[in-house]
Amino acid sequence: MLGRRHSESGTGAWGQVFPARAPNGSLLDCWTFKQAHHRPRPQQDDNSSTSTTPTATTTRTIAKMEVLLGITGKDFTIIAASKAAMRGATILKTSDDKTRSLNKHTLMAFSGEAGDTVQFAEYIQRNAQLYSMRNESDLSPSALAHFVRGELATSLRSRKPYNVNLLMGGVDPITGKPSLYWLDYLASLADVPYAAHGYAQYYCLSILDKHHHPDITLGQGIKLLNMCTDELKRRLPIDFKGMVVKAVKADGIIDIEFDDDKIVKSA
Amino acid sequence: MASGYDRALSVFSPDGHVFQVEYAGEAVKRGTCAVGVKGTDVVVLGCEKRSAMKLQDTRITPSKIQLLDNHVALAFAGLNADARILVDKARLEAQSHRLSVEDPVTIDYITKYVAGVQQRYTQAGGVRPFGISTLIVGFDNGGKVPRLYQTEPSGIYSAWKANAIGRSSKTVREFLERNYKEDMDREATIRLAIKSLLEVVQTGAKNIEIALMAPGASIETLPTEEIEGYVKEIEQEKQEEAAKKKTGRTPGTGTAAILTRSQDDSAAE
Repeated sequence: MLGRRHSESGTGAWGQVFPARAPNGSLLDCWTFKQAHHRPRPQQDDNSSTSTTPTATTTRTIAKMEVLLGITGKDFTIIAASKAAMRGATILKTSDDKTRSLNKHTLMAFSGEAGDTVQFAEYIQRNAQLYSMRNESDLSPSALAHFVRGELATSLRSRKPYNVNLLMGGVDPITGKPSLYWLDYLASLADVPYAAHGYAQYYCLSILDKHHHPDITLGQGIKLLNMCTDELKRRLPIDFKGMVVKAVKADGIIDIEFDDDKIVKSA
Repeated sequence: MASGYDRALSVFSPDGHVFQVEYAGEAVKRGTCAVGVKGTDVVVLGCEKRSAMKLQDTRITPSKIQLLDNHVALAFAGLNADARILVDKARLEAQSHRLSVEDPVTIDYITKYVAGVQQRYTQAGGVRPFGISTLIVGFDNGGKVPRLYQTEPSGIYSAWKANAIGRSSKTVREFLERNYKEDMDREATIRLAIKSLLEVVQTGAKNIEIALMAPGASIETLPTEEIEGYVKEIEQEKQEEAAKKKTGRTPGTGTAAILTRSQDDSAAE
């Protein structure tokens, strides 16, 4: 695993990749690293047991505005994420890619607190890649999902947990079976046929409940996705600036052209 | 030798040697041979493979050529078990580098890292040096220039156009020195790598392993049949050349020198 560095004595050589390196560029051992990079806890009053500061509340609302969607089908998993990067009431960017590929046939989409998301996703990505390099074979989507759940569970019990919600989609390269995992920052893990995160859940799950079928083709999957985004455009109070859409198939991850400019009439 | 100066690693002998490091060099000389050759837009690694025993499963026996990252390959000569540890450290560093600065490692960087680890193990207490030399090859991210580096147990690293390490490496290096040409294409580079290995590998194609890297592409290992094709061609060429020499020779001009094994060979048993 990537993250814990070996000590000089040569014991415990099986390390993990670390989230960052020391300011002077030197490589630190595990202890030094943890101490040097512990994020300082925000100053808070004695009565609030959780970190429910005003900033935390706003980031949580923003996180819910971010759209993550996942749909499995016969031989594929679609992962879609909104393109807007938001801070407070402002949209900072309209071409944000909230996905990272972990290996040739596993894709992860993330939403949550800015900073935490990318940091966590890339940390997972590098550990997945390290596994692939060390073992000359990739971890399966299921194995990766359980690994990520473990990392989130560890983080949750730390001084400053990662506030990240995830969808992980993949296709088993041997059996060709598609899979989709729903994870949240409380380290829940669910293997699901279709999924959404944030406010999008309220609008999309009902549509997917009605129209999804495990044997749909990629074309039908995209149609289903369009129904979801149409409804989101109708109901969500903010413009999420379209979707990045990717599909995982047995032969790899493909980008899918998606029409973001379609205008939807309100109901 | 039992002077006491080869006991502790971090102790110099009075004449300035660190014996343990020099012994590590001996371990390298006993390892199977590995060569690296640069072409214009390709870099080739070749390895002598130990012949497998009858009941050995060759499919899952690890190779002497390993990937450090998608764009960097490493071949080693010396103690296999030591190499595993060193390769693992390098792989960790490669991913760690990507995580911290977004970019994949340059070949130069990872070579320095590998050599740095090897050096650390010559100066620390309670450890022994890595009994391996490595050849590190690849292309920097987005670059078109082939890279070939060598590292040694002492932590020395150096850049080469073509080089050999391990058993009889001197013979192979001298062969490369005689036959290396600038601007070799893919074919020529592979041929030179195989031809140089055939100087020391008697058993031919089944004991040779070839891997090549090209800009932006992943590593490519040649199938045995393809290597066999090259070996046959080379062997035929050699025979033709020998035949030419024979017919051209007039009696009395041949040298009567007794062929002796080179120093390098005898050291490698």
